[in-house]
Formats: sequence, C-alpha cells, structure tokens
Amino acid sequence: METFLEEVNKKIDGVPIQRCYHCRKCTAGCPVASHMEYNPNKVVKMIQNGKREEVLKSSTIWLCLSCETCITRCPNQVDIARMMDVLRQMAIESGAGAREKNVLKFHKAFLAGIKRGGRINEPMMMAEYKLTSGDLFSDVLMAPGMFLKGKLSLLSPRTKDMKSLKSIFEKTKSI
Amino acid sequence: MKVSYYPGCSLHATGKEYDQSMKAVSRALGIELKEVEDWSCCGASSAHSTNFDLSIALSARNLIAAEKNAMDVMVPCAACFNRFKMAEHQLKANKELKSKIEGVVGAKYQGGIAIRNPIDIIYNEIGVDALAAKVAKQLAGLKPVSYYGCLLLRPPEVCEFENYENPYMLDKILGVLGADVRNWSYKTDCCGGSLAISKTKIVVGMVDKLMKAAKEAGANCVVTACPLCMANLDMRPSKKYKLPVFYFTELISLALGVEGAKDTFKSHIFDPQPLLRELKLI
Ligand code: SF4
Ligand code: SF4
Repeated sequence: METFLEEVNKKIDGVPIQRCYHCRKCTAGCPVASHMEYNPNKVVKMIQNGKREEVLKSSTIWLCLSCETCITRCPNQVDIARMMDVLRQMAIESGAGAREKNVLKFHKAFLAGIKRGGRINEPMMMAEYKLTSGDLFSDVLMAPGMFLKGKLSLLSPRTKDMKSLKSIFEKTKSI
Repeated sequence: MKVSYYPGCSLHATGKEYDQSMKAVSRALGIELKEVEDWSCCGASSAHSTNFDLSIALSARNLIAAEKNAMDVMVPCAACFNRFKMAEHQLKANKELKSKIEGVVGAKYQGGIAIRNPIDIIYNEIGVDALAAKVAKQLAGLKPVSYYGCLLLRPPEVCEFENYENPYMLDKILGVLGADVRNWSYKTDCCGGSLAISKTKIVVGMVDKLMKAAKEAGANCVVTACPLCMANLDMRPSKKYKLPVFYFTELISLALGVEGAKDTFKSHIFDPQPLLRELKLI
C-alpha cells in the first residue's frame, strides 16, 4: 500500500518533500505560522511519519493563505504551498472535511458563484457564504457602503457559454 | 500598442476604480485594449485550494479565449495574473496535463501569447521616460509606499517578475509622477486577502501590521496593483492605522491630468479626497 508520503509526493508531482532539511526558512517567512497548529515544516515531518489523520484534520492546512513565500525561499525547492493545496484536496476527498469550516464554506460559495454565472457576483456570493456559514455579522457593516458607492450590484454581466463551464466542473469532479 | 484585456470579476465590482483608471491610463498612453470574448472567472484561490484540475481548466478556458485575439493579454488583477501564469507554467511543463485539460475545456491551448500585468507593460513597453514626459501635474506632497503583495511576484519562476524580494518597477513609476516614494521592508508581505472573509480576525492583524509599517516609513498613502489588497487595506485596518490606499493607475491618471481622474476617489471606503485636497492635487 502507498504510504502517506508517497501519496502526497505523487500528487505534488514535483520535488519530493523529503528533500526538506528543516532549516525552517518556510516557517520563518510564513505570515500565519503563529496561528497554525503545526508549522509548515512540521507538516513535512508529520507526513514522513505517516500522521495522515492529524495532518488532514489540522487547522494548519486551512489557514495557509497560499502566499507562496515558503516555496520562494526554500533552499531545496520544496513546494510547501502546493503541498497545502494537495492536503486540502485530500481532506475534502477523504471525507475528513475542513477543521476550519468557514474557510471551506467560503470556497464552496465562491465556486457555486462561478457555476451560477461564470463570473463572481460578489453580493450574491457573500449572501450564500453568510447563509451557509451562519457568520452573519462579520463584514456586514461594509456592504451597505459598497452598494451606496455604486460598487456592488445584484445584477452583473455573466458568461454566455455556460455549457462549457458546466462541463469543466463535471469533468474535474469539483465540489 | 494593442493588447487583449482580461478584467476579471473584481474589476467589475469591488475593484471598479481599477478598471476605470486602467482604461483611462491606457487611452492616455496609447495602449489599445480589446476585451477577451466571453471570459469567465479565473477560479482564484477557491479553485486551487480544492481541486487542482479545476484551477488549471478555469484559467485555461480564458487563455484559450484570449488566444483568439492573437495579442498579449493584459491582466490587471494580481490574483487572475497569478492563476493564469500558473496555468501557463503547468500546461507548458506537462504534456500529459495539457492534453487532459484540453479534453476538459474542449479546445486546444497553443501557449503563443504572453500574460502580462500592467506594471510590466507600462514600465517596459511605454517606459518611465515617456511616462514622465506626459505628466501634467506633479504629485508633490504625496508620500506613498508601493505595495506589491504576493500574487504578482510568487512563485518567482512562475510569475517572472523582476527582483521578487525587493521589486522597484512600481516605485520608479510613482517617482516619475512626482511622488516622494518612501522605502519600506513590507513591499512583498502578504495582506491575508485570501482569508479576509472567512478568518477576518487574523487578517485584521496582518493589515494593521502593514499600515503601521507604512506610517513608520513616513508614508501618507499606500499604492497597490491588486484589487484584493485594495479591498483589504482600504476596508479592514483598525481605525488608528487607516491611510488612503490607491491603485497605481489612479495616480497615473491624476498626474497625466486625464479627464475624470478624480471620479474614482469617491468610491473608496476610506476617503482619500481630504489628503488630495490638502496637497492641492484635486
Ligand atoms: S524552507 Fe524548505 S528545506 Fe527549509 S524547512 Fe522549509 S521546506 Fe524544509
Ligand atoms: S503559502 Fe501557506 S504555508 Fe507557505 S508561507 Fe504562505 S501561508 Fe505559509
């Protein structure tokens, strides 16, 4: 059977993560390391040690902002940012879900917006996120301002060829 | 010069000022824009965070549509730019992936057009000397820090942006407009944009840190080329750290004396007009 490490490496499809020699440069530059349960380089170690469950159920993988500072600075080209993408996708596919529930709910609302109109209508997407997350109060003060300033509108132009988009979502088996 | 134009979703909503000022600046500098036919969302971080193939396919659909214009494509939104560059990088490096994605999108990807952000086009195609020659009003008294953020720069071998740890193109552009550009160490730090809505508390801390550093550098405003950074920096800092935030194109418009250059300032959340009035720039 494939080990957790082999599986992750196969999905990253680039530099194998065991090239990491734990210099912690990635963690030093990561803007959210202090909020993470496990530091970025710790996740590499955990994967090597087969800690599948702990990693996929951690908040770390959902707090990563994809700022790509880690891969930019790693002396061994270990692509931590891509690894985080892979781990999030594995967490979804394995049914482990997301420890940071609202982050995944946001992604779902965003992708639903693309499925609906090809382009994101920000107020509609936000409404969907707020309804599914129950996070009704954050940012609520800013929305009226945005409407008054003529920035947001409930109607915005959509992509015409929605058939092509529908097919992309189906063929990639997206959430 | 003539280029294809991919505005992306943000530039039609929260980033409307960027779209308006980008178009005005392009007219003034003789850059003709042709919008990509029937474009769709690039997928942004929600696609690549959840499904790799989806993220490449959504960007590829747009790149293929842009190829029909047979011109380089200008992508002002740093997030869309990043996703397009990543899709290009992956499709060119991996034949197997390319044929899989072509199957998903239902069309062939040629890879024959360059994906370019407007800082690069203005700096490298128009040039700072030509830009300086067009300045009608020096932005005297304006002390910006230039904020590049993540998505224009990283990963460097994908984005191919100059000096990715200490870039200067935007600084030079602002300099020839007559602004007193301040130096600071946070040009390429992340503002937290991708989690701004779902993890707001963490992100407010990140934004405050940036704005505090801008003030310490002696800046009276922050300049960006990303609609996500703009929304985040304009809306989320704590009260004591707020500063006006501009798209770089708004400041070019103002300096070139483009008609209607002032119009976009009204829709900022944190009103930059008092500062501009005080400096007699509007
Ligand atoms: S920067 Fe690279 S080598 Fe250093 S700890 Fe991080 S992943 Fe490992
Ligand atoms: S991409 Fe993720 S893990 Fe890497 S530095 Fe940014 S937030 Fe940290």
